[in-house]
Amino acid sequence: MLRAAWRALSSIRTQAVTQAPVLGLPGGGCAKLLSVQRDLPSRPGGLILRAARGYATQKPVQPSHEDDPLPSMLLKDYQDIPGIEKVDDVVKKILSLEMANQKEKLKIKKEQLMKKVVENPKDTGSLEARILNDIISTMFNRKFMEELFKPQELYSKKALRTVYDRLAHASIMRLNQASMDKDVLLVTFNHLDAIKGFIQDSPTILHQVDETFQQLTETYGGLSAGEFQLIRQTLLIFFQDLHIRVSIFLKDKVQNSSGRFVLPVSGPLPWGTKVPGLIRTFNHKGEEVRKAEFKHGGSYVAAPKEGSFELYGDRVLKLGTNMYSVNRPVETHMSGASENLAAQTQESIAPNPLAKEELNLLARLIGGMEIKKPSGPEPGFRLNLFTTDEEEEQAALTRPEELSYEVINIQATQDQQTNEELARIMGEFEILDQPRRSASKGDDLLAMMDEL
Amino acid sequence: MFRRERSIPLRGSAAALCNNLSVLQLPVRNLTHFGVVHGPSAQLLSAAPEGVPLAQRQLQAKEGAGVSPPLITQVHWCVLPFRVLLVLTSHRGIQMYESDGSVMVYWHALDAGDASLVQAVFARGIAASGHFICVGMWSGRVLVFDIPAKGPNIVLSEELAGHQTPVTDIATEPAQGQDCVADVVTADDSGLLCVWRSGPKFKLLTRIPGFGVPCPSVQLWQGTIAAGYGNGQVRLYEASTGTLHVQIDAHARAICALDLAPELLSAAEDTFVHIWKLSRSPEGGYIEVEHCHGECVPDTQVCGARFCDPSGSSFAVTGYDLAEILRFSSM
Repeated sequence: MLRAAWRALSSIRTQAVTQAPVLGLPGGGCAKLLSVQRDLPSRPGGLILRAARGYATQKPVQPSHEDDPLPSMLLKDYQDIPGIEKVDDVVKKILSLEMANQKEKLKIKKEQLMKKVVENPKDTGSLEARILNDIISTMFNRKFMEELFKPQELYSKKALRTVYDRLAHASIMRLNQASMDKDVLLVTFNHLDAIKGFIQDSPTILHQVDETFQQLTETYGGLSAGEFQLIRQTLLIFFQDLHIRVSIFLKDKVQNSSGRFVLPVSGPLPWGTKVPGLIRTFNHKGEEVRKAEFKHGGSYVAAPKEGSFELYGDRVLKLGTNMYSVNRPVETHMSGASENLAAQTQESIAPNPLAKEELNLLARLIGGMEIKKPSGPEPGFRLNLFTTDEEEEQAALTRPEELSYEVINIQATQDQQTNEELARIMGEFEILDQPRRSASKGDDLLAMMDEL
Repeated sequence: MFRRERSIPLRGSAAALCNNLSVLQLPVRNLTHFGVVHGPSAQLLSAAPEGVPLAQRQLQAKEGAGVSPPLITQVHWCVLPFRVLLVLTSHRGIQMYESDGSVMVYWHALDAGDASLVQAVFARGIAASGHFICVGMWSGRVLVFDIPAKGPNIVLSEELAGHQTPVTDIATEPAQGQDCVADVVTADDSGLLCVWRSGPKFKLLTRIPGFGVPCPSVQLWQGTIAAGYGNGQVRLYEASTGTLHVQIDAHARAICALDLAPELLSAAEDTFVHIWKLSRSPEGGYIEVEHCHGECVPDTQVCGARFCDPSGSSFAVTGYDLAEILRFSSM
């Protein structure tokens, strides 16, 4: 059964890859895409060296195709920085392909080709959305789901790890053991609801997920509580003796440092369970003769209503919802955890507007960018010395009255004079039209050193 | 009041099953035997009174037809008039050993028979009644084995048909000397309780319906049935008539183990273990229940609990993924 599932999966994978035009791309085309990052600009020293290198080792340009990237196009590393179009022309020239060597040109060409390969006319949106769509559509592929739904024994840990590696999937199965059995199905539905939230724009994938929903309801909806208990006990065998600490669980105090999960003795009860504490005595006629109470040690509340098992509905249960969508303070230090899942702060499909503003300020400080009047709804960003807004307000409230407010003005933007100075220096980096051809590398280097 | 005693370490952690602790008291030899299911293996160990572990043994589930190693569902000591046998039930069959687990005396393979592809096949629920050992099945059937005073000549005597859903637990008590007294109770996943009278031919005396809530654990003592349910309730019934005496909203999660010693011990996945005092009221003859003690085992999904001595002054607890047996004794 496992082999059949693997075969189904690998056929999906090869389908995706063979769609790429045969251009000698490395086999892991898709995998490469996952590693594309938005780099920060390198240090100014790098700029000079790059310019010098370009100046010193100009090779004759090789014949190329018509769709070669334009020489005025910026280097790959600098293309995605917001506000980069507004920098000084000289800076642009330095950062452009005109100054760069063949390797840089190749990089850009490769990226363009990869874009063509991966681009799907239906996929709109950012890189992250595209990756998510890829993963989800692979996961919910019909053939794979069919195999998965066939009754079978529990996979060994190794086998399941391999399946997950193939899927490149980082879902989190929250390991709360203290829930009533049918809740396991509600948790799964919560997971699916969250996944549907990610892929709202893609009707085909949405359909796939809905189909899986139907299949889940068909297979598991009719099971009795006892059968669910058996499923849960079998699943727990899989997780037995694994004490992997997950950073987001540790932070939310769901897991403690030994790896054991926290089982709260308070909170909502599963649907159908009464709040403990009552002892009712009956006589042989069935009439209640006595009612007594005892102290049970926890502080529970009854469930407000039953969770919905429909395609869309209020699940009532909080377990299985997206843990990452909660606003949490930015963490700068990761405590040691063997399975470290990326703990990005806010969920964002769109680029963070705050980050954009921060980069704009940085660009302004470096110089060359005109100070545009803020047009958007969120002009600029506010510096907060505390971890969260709430803490800042708290600090403001507890601030003693005697300390007067002292406003210190930091002249961060450059004035005209220094700007001119910088422009003059940059002007000295002019490009000579006749680059000297050198015989060997050694001479090159010496020549370069003489110029300093 | 109870205080925590020294834990006994286990070689393997306890699996998330119900009734996952069996205790054999040997007061004559000043020993207590413990049995815990780990998963595909079961661990037996014997300990001295202070909880000092003495000997350990691991038993594996016998492989049958199948791909993955079979999982054990329950391990239980059966005390018979002339001998004590250790019974192991798994997803493949029923294994019976001498009480120290040294020699297997009997193996009964499960017949998947008319189980559909989606049904799990297993044996679960073990109890001794007279010279019989009763074992429950996934189909709801209960197998009754006739055990000789010594030797491996064990025979399947009868197959009881009372349940439609998998059997969860069986409880027995020595017959009180009269003829038509109930001495065997079987429970299943739908919460149905069947009350039987043992003998060369078992007779079904009464049924107590469960309304869909599973009954993972049941006990029988002096004509009173104590049943724990998946919604955290404990109910006490009169065994001969099936009338409900007491209903306790005892726990916030499913009950996983009960013991009756004369006190009632209840343990559930809500991390709590409760002890109740039962008494028969002088008039009316109904049962009165009083809560004696509640113990919280923090962050532990309890899966087994038993009294360690006949007077109920000490008990032991196992928890899912916990590699030790926790012990408590009264002060």
